[in-house]
Amino acid sequence: MEAIPISWFLVLSAFMFAMGVTGVVIRRNPIVIFMCIELMLNAANLAFLAFARQQAQLGAQVAGQVYTILVMAVAAAEVAIGLGIIVAIYRLRDTINVDEMNLLKF
Amino acid sequence: MFGQILFGIMALVIVVTSIGVVAVRNPVRSALNLVANFFALAVLYLLLYAQFVAAVQVIVYAGAIMVLFLFTIMLLNLGAPAELAERFEWKRPITWGLALLFVIVLAGGVFARLGEAQPAPEDIGTVQMVGKYLFTDWVYPFELTSVLLLIAIVGAIVMAKRRL
Repeated sequence: MEAIPISWFLVLSAFMFAMGVTGVVIRRNPIVIFMCIELMLNAANLAFLAFARQQAQLGAQVAGQVYTILVMAVAAAEVAIGLGIIVAIYRLRDTINVDEMNLLKF
Repeated sequence: MFGQILFGIMALVIVVTSIGVVAVRNPVRSALNLVANFFALAVLYLLLYAQFVAAVQVIVYAGAIMVLFLFTIMLLNLGAPAELAERFEWKRPITWGLALLFVIVLAGGVFARLGEAQPAPEDIGTVQMVGKYLFTDWVYPFELTSVLLLIAIVGAIVMAKRRL
């Protein structure tokens, strides 16, 4: 398989990250906000793997892939806790609109 | 040439589904867009010689995490988009514009500086190679990850209790 320029992957990663940030800012549904956070984490994973292909040493190349796996574990933990919090809030307040979640707002 | 055509197709899928996750009103359709996005991303991981990570992407992300999302949407009965009124706000066009600017600036910086990928052995992304480094150089972060997952399990059980 011939080489694809690394910058293509990084531009795609930047686009995914920008879409994730946009979703977090403009959406009001916390589940969709979580999906956009997943989008940003995957953009970071793609950037990790793309930058790993830029390294000359074998150890540094595999390190990018190991990092990706660690990010996936963190994402799984975050989703489990976050969706648990959403369900708990829904049971407590009967709504999950983020505009009405202001208990922690100063 | 084949790799570049494959990259083009998958990049198109990723761009369309990324916009779909943000712009579609129904959360179930957002989730399905995200699943398609993750599958296309797994193909890109294969192009980057990351075979094991691609398999984990399909199994963990597209399999486990997205099922969790869909399960929560069904559980809370959020399939109907009228449940949550999304107001039109002034910050919406500004956010789209800033996101576009972010991509343009980063693309300009990246295209000017980065070149071709380094040569790599074919087996760089196999389970054997990743596992070897995961359990030698990266064993402390790996063990910390297990502690993190334990905390997540305990936290999920606490969140699921009837009275908080």
